[in-house]
Amino acid sequence: MNAPLAPATPQRFWNPYLAGAGLGLTLLVSFVTLGTGLGASGAIARGAAEVTHAVAPQAVESNGYLGSWFEGGPALRHYLVFMAVGVFIGGLLSARAAGRARFQVERGPTATVRRRLVLALVGGVLVGFASRMAGGCTSGQSLTGGALMLDGSWAFTMAVFAGGFGAAWFVRKEWN
Amino acid sequence: MRPLVLATLFSEGRLDTTAAFVLAGVIGLAFGFWLERAGFSSSRRLTGVFYGRDFAVIQVMFTAIVTALLGLRGLVVLGLVDPATVYQMETFVGPQVVGGLIFGVGFVMGGWCPGTALVGLASGKGDALVFLGGAALGSLAYAFAWPSLASFSTVGACGVCTLPERFGLSTGVTVLLVVGVALFAFVVVEALAARRTRAPA
Repeated sequence: MNAPLAPATPQRFWNPYLAGAGLGLTLLVSFVTLGTGLGASGAIARGAAEVTHAVAPQAVESNGYLGSWFEGGPALRHYLVFMAVGVFIGGLLSARAAGRARFQVERGPTATVRRRLVLALVGGVLVGFASRMAGGCTSGQSLTGGALMLDGSWAFTMAVFAGGFGAAWFVRKEWN
Repeated sequence: MRPLVLATLFSEGRLDTTAAFVLAGVIGLAFGFWLERAGFSSSRRLTGVFYGRDFAVIQVMFTAIVTALLGLRGLVVLGLVDPATVYQMETFVGPQVVGGLIFGVGFVMGGWCPGTALVGLASGKGDALVFLGGAALGSLAYAFAWPSLASFSTVGACGVCTLPERFGLSTGVTVLLVVGVALFAFVVVEALAARRTRAPA
């Protein structure tokens, strides 16, 4: 699974406080220029809706949750979709520059690839579902709403940690 | 009266223009860059917080929140930014708490959140691709279950509700409290990390 995309010794990650400050300044720029914070889950949901729309347009357009996304054209014609494309490219450039881009399935030392991928799929379904329910993810709610001191976003963040710590024991073999 | 107040694309109703798409793309570039630099292209690092193995999630997240919060409040105090030009999400306590709990379970199982999965995919993680596929399915599941979920989606609706309002505190005091909580969290995780390096394997 290891493609020689990168040198043998990737660089270390940056100091978390430095990276956090950079992330915070990015969020601040977003607040004062776009007038909104950051987001990621919305773009994934719109991508999923767009693909489904190509197959079953009527089912999507008549859907009470998705219908409005297609009123002004394609669901992908949305600033959050362009932001997500930027996130992917920004991550790619950074990973390549640091020699960290490498094909792999990352998992704990005793976990099988199969276990890791099954749990990645199930976890993804839960996160996708929960992001729609909560109206955002760790980007749109925790970071953005957190910096705006919105009480619902702080409640979301506390609940994320509670859910994560509560479930951690059950999937410990995936990671440790 | 305040000639220097910055307008935002949101306040001008221009979030659906090409200008906004280009700007969002550029902001996304920076967002992805910093996520990757923080090490959030690694699902083991992200989930490490749940096993006391790595605390970067807490350090990065709270530093980012405090940085943006202080920056925004500073610009508001200086009169450069009108808070009304920044979009604020409404609070729905019920779906946000239940959604948060489900999200947390999915996070430790899947190893990613949506933004970090994009960065993980960019750095070659196959598990990030599978996770994103799952997240797409989960989003669709919510949409197609909407008829039975719609009534729950407004439980605990409060409009735009902020921590200062909820706790009856001034904005300034709340800012200090948030900064204090973040600093306290940093001290705790630094102590935990130090104990971990000292402890025998």
